[in-house]
Amino acid sequence: MKDTEDSEEDSGETLKRTLRAQRQRRRRKLLEQSSVKESQHDDEDEEEVSAVQDQSVKEEPAEKTVALRPPSGSRRGYSLKPLPVSSSQKLDTFVTRHLEEKLRAARFKGESLQQEKEVSADPASRLQSLRGRDRVTRFDRETDSVKAEEDDVSVALSARVKFKEAAKRVNQGLPTANEAYNFFTFNFEPEPAEETEELRRKKRKQKETTEKDRDEDEGEEPEEDDKEDSQDPNENQSEETRLVPTEEDLFIIDQSARDFLEVKKAEYVGVKKRAARDSELLFTPSFRKAPTSVKLPENVKPRFIEDEGLYVGKRPSVSFTNETILENRLLKMEEGLEWFGDDGRILALPDPIKESSTRPPLFSMEGDLNPAIQTVFRKAQKSKYAADPEGDYQLDVEVFGLVFSHHPLFSREHVLASRLCQLYHQYLTRQQNNLTGHLTDKLNGLRNALGNMMKIHREESLTLSLQQRISEYSLEVRDTRQLRDSEQEKDRTLLKNIIKVWKEIKALREFQKFTNTPYKLLLRKENVDPASDQQEYEEEIQAEVMELEAEKEEDYQRSLAEYRKQLEEWKLWRKKQKAKRKKKKKKKKSQKLEDTTEDEDEEQEGSELEGPEDGPPKPQPPERPDFDAIEQQVKEKASKIRRKPGEAVLIPVLSASGNITDSELCPRVEVSRRQEVLRHSLFIKILCNDKKVSKTDSRPLGTDFRVHFGQIFNLRIITCPQSINLQVFEDTGSSSSLLAQVFVPAPEPSVVTGSASLEDFEFSSNQRVMFDHEGVGSDVPLSFEADGSNKVVLLTSGKLTCGVSWGVGDDDVPLAPSASQHPGVKHSGLGHLDAVTSIGASGLYDMKKIGEWAKQSRLDPNDPKNASIMQLLKVASSGEVTAPEYFRLEHLQEEFNFVTDEELDNSRRFRLLRLRNQGVKEFRNYKFIPALENEISDKVFQEYERRLKDGETVDTREHLDSHRALVAKYLQKIQESVMNRLLFAKHRFLLSDLVVEEEIPSIGNKVPVLLKAEKLDSLEHPRQNVRERDRADVNHMLKILGINLFKLTEPKRPLKPQRKERKKVTAQNLSDGDVKLLVNIIRAYDIPVRRPQSDKAGQSSQPAIHGSDWYLNQVQVRPFVEVSFQRTVLQTTTADGPNPSWNEELQLPFSAPNGDYSTSNLQSVKDEVFINIFDEMLHETGVNDKERGPSIHTQVEKHWLGSVRIPFSTIYSQSRIDGTFKVNTPAVLLGYSKERSHGANSGYDLLRSVSEGAFITLFITIEPQLVPGEPVREKFDSQEHERLLQAAEKFERKAAKRYPDRPCITTVIDLNGKTVFITRYIRPLNPPPEFLEAFPNNPQEATTLVARFVSLIPSLPDQVSFSGVCDLWTTCNQFLTLLAGDEEEHAVLLCNYFLSLGKRAWLIIGTAIPEGSTAYVLTHEQSRYLIWNPSSGQFYGQYDTFCPLQAVGCLVDADNVWFNIQEYASPMRMSFDVSKRKLWKPFFSGSFPHPGLSSVQPEELVYSRTDEAAAAELQDRIEKTLKDKIMEWRPRHPTRWNRYCNTTLKQFLPKLEQSRGQDVAEGHRHELQRLLGDYRVRVTAAQTHTESVEANTNRHVFPPDLRIPAAHVLLRDPTRHRGRVQHRRPQHPRIQRGVRPGCALLVDVRDVSLKAFQRRGFVRAGGRGEFAQPGRQLLQGEIGDLLTSRQIQVLQRTTSSKKRPAGITTIKKYIYCIKTTVLPHSLWEISSKNNL
Amino acid sequence: MATSNPSVFLLTVNGQIEGADFPEYDNLYCKYCYVYGHDWAITTGLEEGITQITCKSSLSQTLVWNFPLETSFKSTNPSGWPQLVVSVYGPDVFGNDVVRGYGATHVPITPGQHTRTIPMFVPEPTWKLQKLTGWLLGRRPEYTDPKVVAQGEGREVTRVRSQGFVTVSFHITTKDMKKMGYDTGPCNLQTAASVDQPCTF
Repeated sequence: MKDTEDSEEDSGETLKRTLRAQRQRRRRKLLEQSSVKESQHDDEDEEEVSAVQDQSVKEEPAEKTVALRPPSGSRRGYSLKPLPVSSSQKLDTFVTRHLEEKLRAARFKGESLQQEKEVSADPASRLQSLRGRDRVTRFDRETDSVKAEEDDVSVALSARVKFKEAAKRVNQGLPTANEAYNFFTFNFEPEPAEETEELRRKKRKQKETTEKDRDEDEGEEPEEDDKEDSQDPNENQSEETRLVPTEEDLFIIDQSARDFLEVKKAEYVGVKKRAARDSELLFTPSFRKAPTSVKLPENVKPRFIEDEGLYVGKRPSVSFTNETILENRLLKMEEGLEWFGDDGRILALPDPIKESSTRPPLFSMEGDLNPAIQTVFRKAQKSKYAADPEGDYQLDVEVFGLVFSHHPLFSREHVLASRLCQLYHQYLTRQQNNLTGHLTDKLNGLRNALGNMMKIHREESLTLSLQQRISEYSLEVRDTRQLRDSEQEKDRTLLKNIIKVWKEIKALREFQKFTNTPYKLLLRKENVDPASDQQEYEEEIQAEVMELEAEKEEDYQRSLAEYRKQLEEWKLWRKKQKAKRKKKKKKKKSQKLEDTTEDEDEEQEGSELEGPEDGPPKPQPPERPDFDAIEQQVKEKASKIRRKPGEAVLIPVLSASGNITDSELCPRVEVSRRQEVLRHSLFIKILCNDKKVSKTDSRPLGTDFRVHFGQIFNLRIITCPQSINLQVFEDTGSSSSLLAQVFVPAPEPSVVTGSASLEDFEFSSNQRVMFDHEGVGSDVPLSFEADGSNKVVLLTSGKLTCGVSWGVGDDDVPLAPSASQHPGVKHSGLGHLDAVTSIGASGLYDMKKIGEWAKQSRLDPNDPKNASIMQLLKVASSGEVTAPEYFRLEHLQEEFNFVTDEELDNSRRFRLLRLRNQGVKEFRNYKFIPALENEISDKVFQEYERRLKDGETVDTREHLDSHRALVAKYLQKIQESVMNRLLFAKHRFLLSDLVVEEEIPSIGNKVPVLLKAEKLDSLEHPRQNVRERDRADVNHMLKILGINLFKLTEPKRPLKPQRKERKKVTAQNLSDGDVKLLVNIIRAYDIPVRRPQSDKAGQSSQPAIHGSDWYLNQVQVRPFVEVSFQRTVLQTTTADGPNPSWNEELQLPFSAPNGDYSTSNLQSVKDEVFINIFDEMLHETGVNDKERGPSIHTQVEKHWLGSVRIPFSTIYSQSRIDGTFKVNTPAVLLGYSKERSHGANSGYDLLRSVSEGAFITLFITIEPQLVPGEPVREKFDSQEHERLLQAAEKFERKAAKRYPDRPCITTVIDLNGKTVFITRYIRPLNPPPEFLEAFPNNPQEATTLVARFVSLIPSLPDQVSFSGVCDLWTTCNQFLTLLAGDEEEHAVLLCNYFLSLGKRAWLIIGTAIPEGSTAYVLTHEQSRYLIWNPSSGQFYGQYDTFCPLQAVGCLVDADNVWFNIQEYASPMRMSFDVSKRKLWKPFFSGSFPHPGLSSVQPEELVYSRTDEAAAAELQDRIEKTLKDKIMEWRPRHPTRWNRYCNTTLKQFLPKLEQSRGQDVAEGHRHELQRLLGDYRVRVTAAQTHTESVEANTNRHVFPPDLRIPAAHVLLRDPTRHRGRVQHRRPQHPRIQRGVRPGCALLVDVRDVSLKAFQRRGFVRAGGRGEFAQPGRQLLQGEIGDLLTSRQIQVLQRTTSSKKRPAGITTIKKYIYCIKTTVLPHSLWEISSKNNL
Repeated sequence: MATSNPSVFLLTVNGQIEGADFPEYDNLYCKYCYVYGHDWAITTGLEEGITQITCKSSLSQTLVWNFPLETSFKSTNPSGWPQLVVSVYGPDVFGNDVVRGYGATHVPITPGQHTRTIPMFVPEPTWKLQKLTGWLLGRRPEYTDPKVVAQGEGREVTRVRSQGFVTVSFHITTKDMKKMGYDTGPCNLQTAASVDQPCTF
């Protein structure tokens, strides 16, 4: 213990040591007890004590040395050092052994020491001896180590004390040990019991206290004792053990199991003792409340802050006992008082717990909801009462009764009596209010105050403020006095009147000799003490007189002062005048000396006369008030209005105790009046909102003209009533008449039954009633005077007593509407709790209202909850100027703004960030917005700003004409609006967008649908349906499980693999290169075959060609397919024959623009996949290399045969395209023919040749499968009838359920974004009249013309234009104005034209390839059905194999929609007879007839001619652009344009158009070839629409092989090509140096209805030629009937110089020419009737 | 880039995906990727990676990957601060590779050492039969893109189940952030470490 105290340096180690010591001590004690006999001597105690002292003393200095000297500093410290370190047992034993030896050597020394100690046994000298010893140890080295050991053991190795002890015991037998440690053993042999030890220690303590003279540190001892007191008794021995010489531990050798055993008596401490001890140690707070005085500092009274008006929050609730316990506990603490507040309670923060929970209750979304709180779906229902959905209030109307103040049946006495009653009532109320008394008191008070003030301040001069106050007081006194006087006067007159009326009654009764009314007036006199009264009266008058005098005096003084002032002014003015006059006088004197004074006087007078006119008039002095008169006046007044002094006080008492004279005693007139009265009865009708609700029972009119009803009516209402009207009806036996109406205001919501009081409502009626009996009647002049003067007219009037209040429900909830609904919102009661409910949300902006409310509800201004309102009110009330005109909840917001809003707006960086966040096109993918403002240049915004600015202006350059530009703008606007609409929907996600889950058709989803459908169906065949549904469900379930389990066993590589649905990938995690377009080219049919060369007209080498003809017939054609997409071109291998089969898969990489793979961006990709079929031609060029020997060089050419174009958007939305397509072959393909052969093959061909054109079977898809955009999940508003919309929805849902693959459309969205029923689009519309005029006799021709016209209107898929799956339908005139539209618009227009032509036509909604879901037109002609493709103008028979229409979903005409419920959807296998109900399900049927929907289409379309000049300009522009483009593509070579070709083709083009793009007749071809003379020419023709010039030159006009960007191909090294050219040249011939083909473009554009579109011809001749001579001709034929466009024809021709016969000129140049033409007379314009 | 006037700041993430605690599963591997905003780019290091498959030992139930992360970002804008998205996969009873958890955490913004324990979760099947078949066929629902867990949009349509935890330790170094006016708090390593979330194992 002491060690720890002393050596602070290594307290940790000493702690360890002490612990160890304790352990061993315990063990040693055990040994002692077991092995050593307890032979004790009485005197041992003493001895022991001395030993204790000795040891402790010996120990301490040693320790001190250790503490004082650092271990390294002294030798002893050094020797000590290893010991503390060696904490392990091993070391200990080692050390002990080592020390053992040393110890033995030192034993003698020890003995001598011991003796020395024994010698110096007396305590006084002990320390000295010890010190001496210490010195010895220092000098003597040997003893040093031993001593150190000795000390150390007590210090460090005390851990083994017990072992040491044990060892000591063991070793005790040894004589040497005995000798050496005789002293110690002697001392410690006996082990006293605990109690004795306690005793001993006490003794020791005593002794120590006595031995205070010792040098020892005293502080340590008591501390030690204290500690030991609290410790275990065992520990007490630590003291002892330490006293034991610790050398003993050197003899520890072994221990036995007994060492650890301790046998000892069970401890028992007596209960009382323990309780006593506990009470010493423990504190039990009492349950009693401590008095407040204890809790507060002395002489402080408790102070309750709340009472002082300060805000004190609600304390959290703590149980009383707990609080008192805590208080008592705190009181025990020293600083406990700090915990108490001024009020003597424990300080507490306000209760933070809110009364109501702010968080809505959470329900787990799992299915196990408590059924009690399960939500039940209830369809929204329109309230029958329309106005207020909350409803169900109860209004209690209590009709208590009524009292007439006048009634026609009143007798004269009644009239007077009622008057008396009224007066008396008035008197009573006045008495009750006692205004006079109040005022008198007030007056007296004021007078006293004034008097006091005057008295106090009499001596001193009055200060200004005091004067002010006095004058205020006197003013007040005057006002009060006047008020009192008037009140007194009123009292007096009232009393007089009462008495007068009473007298009249009495007179009347006297006169008529009977009594009608029970009223009696008694005047009670209260005598007063005349003397005092007199005195009072006099005093009063005196006071008044004095006051009046003072007032008058004051007035007089004031006016006097005024007068003096004025006088002063006047005098001043006067002086001035005089001075003036003097001057004048002097002047005059100097001028005329002879002037007399009289003159002067006159002048003076004159001036004096003048003076007052200018200056102020001379003021009149005020009159002195007449004080005598005042007194007189006062007295007069007093006598008038006041009781005379000494006069008794009269108190009228009205009682109704008088007797009424019986009827028998009355005169006849009176009797009849009374009978009349009895006949009358009254009832009241209750009207609520002018509707009769109820009526009271009829009650007879009493003789006192009071009616008591006492009825309560409970009105159940749903809105707060506008008016509550009580109509008083008078029932006179036979008839009842309305007497009066009483309007009762609707009660406030707080007025509920029980709390409401009855109110009186006065009513009156101006009905004129006259009687011949005693009744006075109503509205009849009546006089009580004998002479008939002083007539009064009395009207029926009375008071209705009733009460209106809101009912109370069963649960004490007032059945009242909320305050906001209340019409006349008056606030009270309820409104106190919440400002908003009280004054309404709008009231929050009204400062006054808030103020009123705050005042009414007595808000606690110190409550932090109200802080904001109080702040606001303070601001509002402190000054009008500072009050803001708005109410802001977060009024500190401004302080937290980083910068002002303007700064934010000006910041370019923030603007950039904001625009990017908004998803503005230019910035959507902007990366790395610079961190610093100055790094952002204004250029960034230029483009965006320009676009914004261009929103208004129209750029005509890019468009063919202004109209087109306008249309483009308009479309853009629509696009924007649609985009905005879609924006919201896009951010809504479905589970499938986020989570990929195995596609299992879910029953869970199906069932509700089925249930609903079943409900709707159930009317028709309920039972069957249910059963079917059940079966379907079970089957479905089994199927799912079965299929999925079956899948586990299915072979990995089936023999006939089927295309599986692939995993869909959302676009978000894609990047460039991830997406590939897979094009699987399977086979083609009816590829044009090469025509025998003989067709070349005018060739000389006929036989040779015949020879080659045979050869060519062998190899008819060697087609291959080249697919190009986004600058990637891939091709298949070459196959043979016109029906090749490739079955090859091509992979083309796809990269989205801007690397943005979002759905919206992908949808707007405008790229197209071009699939071109070429014929591979091989030419043997023969030997041309002499050095290397003879060799055959083959030259490969590719001849374009046709192409298929599929937009990427189609592939994306369809996700895969699978089918056979018609190849878009050129109209004129010179050198090729579609015919299979020339008669060589037989009838088989005839059968096959029904198909026109070539076909190719393709499978195209995207890898990985991209998720196509979901259709917009937004419901658009509509003007259609709700019922119709519901029916449409149901129809579509059912259709989708039964035939998911058949599209069914009943409603579509128009340009305004409204849902429109589809049949409204169908209406016969007139085609341009020229179509009909062109073939008046041939309707068939007209039909095809119309179809062609429609097909030539440019097509623009909605996906591209609206970048979202949102199919907008335009009406026909919108369509023609926009000149762009989807398949649907084309189909609708075509259908409408057909209807106008008198055909039976329907719109087919179905699926086709490649469009997917689309619209076609069906016509019924001559008992067969024709299917028209509106986009191409072609028609197909129903049984046409190559009809692109794959499935028919529904048919639409102007009246109905039929859904296809046949087994098959393919047109070939179905019937189009819509009259068959089993095959076609009509939308409108018997149960739901056609409601007569009007059409959205216009009455008729108006066409107008196009501007010819504009057309010509357009023509030129197109031509120029095309020319430029071609030259641009061939930058290295000059391009020359051939005029000869122009003229040649000019004649040819119109004929092409005449054939409407069909194959040219044989004659034409011959003609063409003849025209072009020398050249081998192949002509191809294609057609394109124009959208804009720019777009066309890039995309449409030229076939892809021309278009593959020049830079891409031409920049290759031409010499390298030359080397390879010899063998195979897959590239386009145009770029081959060696071939030098010529190319002629002939462009002819016709514009119809401003819809410019072009035809394109592409003519090319193969062969290796050294020159090319392209030709181009503009054909400007006369095709009056044709309103359609022309082809662009490109004629290309090359000839090989080697093959050419001699004599033909060769031109080594490329020559191109382009010319466009627009046929002027065939241009039409749709009038812009439908303004955009 | 002038050192005195930087236009971007750099953030270097070193660290490792230390391991995971999935009480029920074994043989798991982990994929990680970063999700960051428009104004961020990776200058060096791998943007995504996949760890080895690790098994639990008999002594410890923790899965240990100790898979290093070393990535440097540059950015001009703290908005879109990188997030580390981890997803854990492993075989189910039938040996199908299924997802065991998704989780995400922001890369710590304060320089210094940090340890993050990411709670993991998986999407729940939409209905019970689907759960059964999913279990049978090893086709559990998965996110179309693990990066979904780093964003808030669209999460409301999903339901998830908690799975386990992944522990990631980061050593963050930044450059030029203060120069650009972004003070990311204590640079004092001791404070930074003490601020860290304690590992909850």
